[in-house]
Amino acid sequence: MTTKTEAKEIIKTENVNLYYGERKALHGINLNFRENEITALIGPSGCGKSTYLRCLNRMNDLIPNITITGSFTLNGHNIYGPKEDTVQLRKEVGMVFQQPNPFPFSVYDNVTFGLKLAGIKDKKTLDERVEESLKQAAIWNEVKDKLHKSALSFSGGQQQRICIARLLAIQPDVILLDEPTSALDPISSQMIEDTLLNIKDKYTIIIVTHNMSQASRISDKTAFMLNGHLMEVGDTKKMFLTPDKQETSDYLNGKFG
Amino acid sequence: MKINAKKINKLAIGTIWALVSVVVLILIFLLGYILVTGLSDISWKFLTSTSSSISAGGGIRDQLFNSVYLLVLTIIISLPISLGAGIYLAEYAKDNWITTLIKTAIEVLSSLPSIVVGLFGYLILVIKFQLDYSILSGAIALTIFNLPLLTRSVEDSIEEVPKLQREAGLSLGLSKSKTIVGVVLPLAIPGIITGVILSSGRIFGEAAALIYTAGQSAPIVSYTDWNPFSPSSFLNPMRPAETLAVHIWKLNTEGIVPDAHIVSSGASAVLIIVILIFNLSSRFFGNWAYRKMTGTTRKKRG
Repeated sequence: MTTKTEAKEIIKTENVNLYYGERKALHGINLNFRENEITALIGPSGCGKSTYLRCLNRMNDLIPNITITGSFTLNGHNIYGPKEDTVQLRKEVGMVFQQPNPFPFSVYDNVTFGLKLAGIKDKKTLDERVEESLKQAAIWNEVKDKLHKSALSFSGGQQQRICIARLLAIQPDVILLDEPTSALDPISSQMIEDTLLNIKDKYTIIIVTHNMSQASRISDKTAFMLNGHLMEVGDTKKMFLTPDKQETSDYLNGKFG
Repeated sequence: MKINAKKINKLAIGTIWALVSVVVLILIFLLGYILVTGLSDISWKFLTSTSSSISAGGGIRDQLFNSVYLLVLTIIISLPISLGAGIYLAEYAKDNWITTLIKTAIEVLSSLPSIVVGLFGYLILVIKFQLDYSILSGAIALTIFNLPLLTRSVEDSIEEVPKLQREAGLSLGLSKSKTIVGVVLPLAIPGIITGVILSSGRIFGEAAALIYTAGQSAPIVSYTDWNPFSPSSFLNPMRPAETLAVHIWKLNTEGIVPDAHIVSSGASAVLIIVILIFNLSSRFFGNWAYRKMTGTTRKKRG
């Protein structure tokens, strides 16, 4: 823990090990995330960055035969505790996936889905929240006249921003993004990046990306992973200019990947 | 003589084509024969008059209605059960020997000869539970006959829903059951609709399972009596009801009306046409539901 910490560390993970059956996929990872920062997880395919990300909202629980050890805390609270409610956890730690996955309903119903489940029925509140979320996700102008059209009828980039809006509507504390732009064209990717920069003062954002220039453009911190090990973590600028380790430098310079 | 790969390939394709044409020709011949011999006997009067047991000129009004009513009742009974079973098998069943046993039992049930289902229904429903020859007995027998198929198609439709959608639901803080009801089921509905309509076609054409359960007589009923408890009401589920398929079977085995042949070929043509409509509409309604649900057209599988 550094001394010049202004923002508090909202997620702390310590000595994280993960096994798929017998195979060890994560080796003793210690990583903390600060509030209102964007942290990028980078590394070659199969390095465990997505696997690690999915530990943070316990999406790995769905995979059979998986063992996770180590400590995970969200605001000081153990998210793997015996009484942890994963439903509640996932409301606080939301996720955006590689493939846009809006529900097969209208844009409006997508964004209000979580709110309606939470018991909010007042039409005016819902309308306001829809507009606010869609504006935050920078998709409002494109969908405002088509709120009752199926979300699946929009382009991939628009769908991804609708997914972000759907998540913002339930106001999580942390947003996990698992390669959110790798299925999108450059212009859509740019819009998603702008969206993230736009909302980072309200959320803590952790993004897995294999696009290094994306990491350098938007993130405050970068963590480099290799073969299930955390190689290096630090301020993005510093890491891209003067990495500590040879492997980091080689990866950033495209010597492998 | 040296046979090269090209020739073998041509030979193989030729053989496959020949085999496919045999199937298609048999199908065209059967459908063509039934439609050609039957279509000329279908008239409005034929469809709307009662059947006759002695004299010529009988229609199929009651049999046609009975078939439809029986179909509706069967679907009403079997759909909820199949939905529950299909959801369980697709979403909750663990991969262990109990699940394997259940799946095997369903397979066995689906390959049961329908006459066995009919006789079983006769012993249990008609005799033991004293439901007599009735639409209800028939509908329960058809449910037994229909459950495996429908359960299978519900299960398949649910399993076809992409994992991404489930993850979307769960990652937004939905419980598993809410994800299934709110996200997975709506996406599975087009497939389920297709399954229901296809199995309807099978139910509609079923005879053997009904001979000893719904019975072989079609008492005159009143189509203006809407009280389902009145014995003469067309809605009364406790009356015996000969269906179209059973009627065709009976005309050909013990029919004594002089025009048995004409009535039977007309009724067969009606039956085939209805089943064709079911099959063609299943695709249409499945796609329609998908469009309604997603605003996009359905992608071909494969």
